[in-house]
Amino acid sequence: MLDWIRRLGAGWIQLFEKLGRGHLFLWKTLVGLPSVLVRPRLLLAQLFSVGVLSLMLIAVSGLFVGMVLALQGYNTLVDFSAEESLGVMVALSMVRELGPVVTALLFAGRAGSALTAEIGLMKATEQLSGMEMMAVDPLHRVIAPRFLAGFVSMPLLVAIFSAVGIWGGYFVGVGLLGVDEGAYWAQMQAKVDLHDDVLNGVIKSLVFGFVTTWIAVFEGYDTIPTSEGVSRATTRTVVHSAFAVLALDFVLTALMFGDN
Amino acid sequence: MDAAESLQSDTLVRIRDLHFSRGERVIFDGVDLDIPRGGVTAIMGPSGTGKTTLLRLIGGQLYPDRGSVQVDGEEVPALGRAGLYRLRKRMGMLFQSGALLTDLSVYDNVAFPLREHTELPESMIRDLVLMKLQAVGLRGARKLMPSELSGGMARRVALARAIALDPMMIMYDEPFTGQDPISMGALVQLIRLLNDALGLTSIIVSHDVQETAAISDYIYVISRGKVVGRGTPEQLRNTDSEWVRQFMQGLPDGPVPFHYPAPDYREDLLRGGGGD
Repeated sequence: MLDWIRRLGAGWIQLFEKLGRGHLFLWKTLVGLPSVLVRPRLLLAQLFSVGVLSLMLIAVSGLFVGMVLALQGYNTLVDFSAEESLGVMVALSMVRELGPVVTALLFAGRAGSALTAEIGLMKATEQLSGMEMMAVDPLHRVIAPRFLAGFVSMPLLVAIFSAVGIWGGYFVGVGLLGVDEGAYWAQMQAKVDLHDDVLNGVIKSLVFGFVTTWIAVFEGYDTIPTSEGVSRATTRTVVHSAFAVLALDFVLTALMFGDN
Repeated sequence: MDAAESLQSDTLVRIRDLHFSRGERVIFDGVDLDIPRGGVTAIMGPSGTGKTTLLRLIGGQLYPDRGSVQVDGEEVPALGRAGLYRLRKRMGMLFQSGALLTDLSVYDNVAFPLREHTELPESMIRDLVLMKLQAVGLRGARKLMPSELSGGMARRVALARAIALDPMMIMYDEPFTGQDPISMGALVQLIRLLNDALGLTSIIVSHDVQETAAISDYIYVISRGKVVGRGTPEQLRNTDSEWVRQFMQGLPDGPVPFHYPAPDYREDLLRGGGGD
């Protein structure tokens, strides 16, 4: 019994230690951000590997999510003869919820895990230590550009995901199911509010981008430098990012739309 | 005054009463060391005695629990980030794996510290990089990526990178581990040559006794957190300490037993039961 309590206590202490390390790490990374702006080439390389290489996955997923949304939505709306509102339904679902959330989950799986593995392996092969001994701070040289690239990429990927999704919904709704084209776009135009819907979606995407990239780079930096350690860190990145995104989505949704 | 003492008159690294532990495990328990300027000093000892840890303490990547680590008169643990980085620019370190940046070519790896710390024009960086690569015999390999290099070549590139900023000292972490005889020979020769030609101070951490002893001016042998032997290679070969002799001659049994501590063999076999 005593042993059990001891283990429980040790677990909590470890958790808080890790949270502490994570926040210190974040602080030092943020302090290093200005050094990235001085050398935009580092940032560009990371924007390519974090953002551009995720593009295909995000676009194709967005297309299918939009198409499924239109199919399901049409079946429900048509019972109430409200199928003309399909455009609004697809657009609102995409912009408010599915865009930021699904993109963040895909981003954690595609780019987050890659970031963790890359940084973890750099640590395991002493590249980070080597940099420190060359008087180059890895937090400035390695972590900060990756962090900034993730934070910048996410809202752009979300915008692309949502846009392609709405187009996928159009393709199924208007092209296949015969919803009126004018109604699809006009209702969307009338009902989707720039501030309430689009801007809130952008805020969500910024928060998710910040959190998922933070988790990814921290897990890589904090990894135990063995192959098993890197593998565990990569798994943790995806799992923790998913939890964080879904939990934060609830909090943000409650704050943004809770009083409607 | 013998040769070792006269070398110590100008000490680059001075370690006094060094204590360091990881969790419950004591790594250093009162170590005193002097690394003379201009020489090649070896720190030897069995695996797991914290030789690499010692280099990290000298480089300021770890902090001692107690004691003093001075490099060129500066107390390393007391330095702030800026002071530490200023000192590190004058230190080179060769990691066991080479620690080359895998996304950069050989050329860019050697150019890395120059580009990070100097404002030199690219043409001058090119000249410097080629000179450093020529010194380690790999000028022709400058376009290769680290994944295309053998272990020995990777270490030589790392060596070229370590001398890129013309440091005052270089620390070698197990430079000979896993090398074939030819690249081992090349490394042994390079370490001594570079030390003398560039007026460096070299610290080699190793348990490859023969190779290390061949090029060292002075050797410290560390075991269980303490310095158990010190002297020139010649002095250590003729030492009275049984332990040091076992280590220097690579004898399988002696003061360091062949068997890990275990209960009585006969009793253990007769006890029966399943695997435990």
